[in-house]
Amino acid sequence: MVQLTLPKNSKLTEGKVWDRPAGANNVREFRVYRWSPDDGKNPHVDTYFLDLDDCGPMVLDALIKIKNEIDPTLTFRRSCREGICGSCAMNIDGSNTLACTKGIDDVKGPVAIYPLPHMEVVKDLIPDLTHFYAQHRSIEPWLKTATPEPQKEWLQSHADREKLDGLYECILCACCSTSCPSYWWNGDRYLGPAVLLQAYRWLIDSRDEATGERLDNLEDPFRLYRCHTIMNCAQTCPKGLNPAKAIAEIKKMMVERRV
Amino acid sequence: MRTPLGRVRGLGSAKEGTGHFWHQRLTGAALAVLAILFVFLVIVLAGKPYPEVVAALANPFVALLMILMIGTGVWHMKLGMQIIIEDYLHGGLKIVALVANMFFAVAVGVATILAFLKISFGG
Repeated sequence: MVQLTLPKNSKLTEGKVWDRPAGANNVREFRVYRWSPDDGKNPHVDTYFLDLDDCGPMVLDALIKIKNEIDPTLTFRRSCREGICGSCAMNIDGSNTLACTKGIDDVKGPVAIYPLPHMEVVKDLIPDLTHFYAQHRSIEPWLKTATPEPQKEWLQSHADREKLDGLYECILCACCSTSCPSYWWNGDRYLGPAVLLQAYRWLIDSRDEATGERLDNLEDPFRLYRCHTIMNCAQTCPKGLNPAKAIAEIKKMMVERRV
Repeated sequence: MRTPLGRVRGLGSAKEGTGHFWHQRLTGAALAVLAILFVFLVIVLAGKPYPEVVAALANPFVALLMILMIGTGVWHMKLGMQIIIEDYLHGGLKIVALVANMFFAVAVGVATILAFLKISFGG
């Protein structure tokens, strides 16, 4: 059943307000979600103030500055700092995106930073993506062939290669899946936009020989058909991809093979 | 203590769902036409005396339109409601709601079609 209110121990409270930097002219407020499994406290929002004249331009720069100079207990994932690893996906200013490619200037007023929505939180801004990765594993995201392997590589025409554009760029940051209401309510069974986009990437690959088997695995009221084209996925994707379109293409393939 | 992949694979794919998807669109397309004709009929018959309305509904073409409209509409309603139930209800309540949805749609459809047949055949 859908829960409309948070459980008592998940209710968000006001946290610590840290000191403003002395003598700074260009100060910005950051409101950051905090929760630790170790202290038994409810999640709370800590407020930090940074001098933007002494900070990099991106939200990730601000988080790193907070961790290095103000509060070393602040916990978040980050790696490449250039939008290719997907580690720093979080909810910034109300929408899911990558902290490393989101400019502080793009946000008006205090910068609100929360973990990806509707996922279990490991600590602070770190969601538990175990189930999400297992879902990705379940679509078998690799080339499957029965024909004996050629001497060199599997050949593909330029036109067929172009069909992978808009799909291969996905970095599995989970911004789209965690923005999807269908994934919130039925994420245990619905594969979600990111995984379905990945599934389509293999369905449409001209070199793959397991298309029918892949469609069989997806043909399910919950795995695929929970998508109601809400389009949050396409709106929030930090790479500018359109998972909703990929899902629609899968549905078209499903109909095509039976009519 | 299942592994994450074991949980995701669960009971496997139901190997269905496309029929539901396809029928929802087919009935939607049919209703786009049928509903316009139905609204036109309501406008024409509005305010007319009872015997005249009954006579109009007894016309085979009008009766056909009405029975198609009810049959398609009720099936479309059942399919749509099923989606909402599957989205928001879980566990035993979901099964009860799915059964009730099916029974309600069939009961409404059969009762309405029976009423039109009665009018058509002058019962």
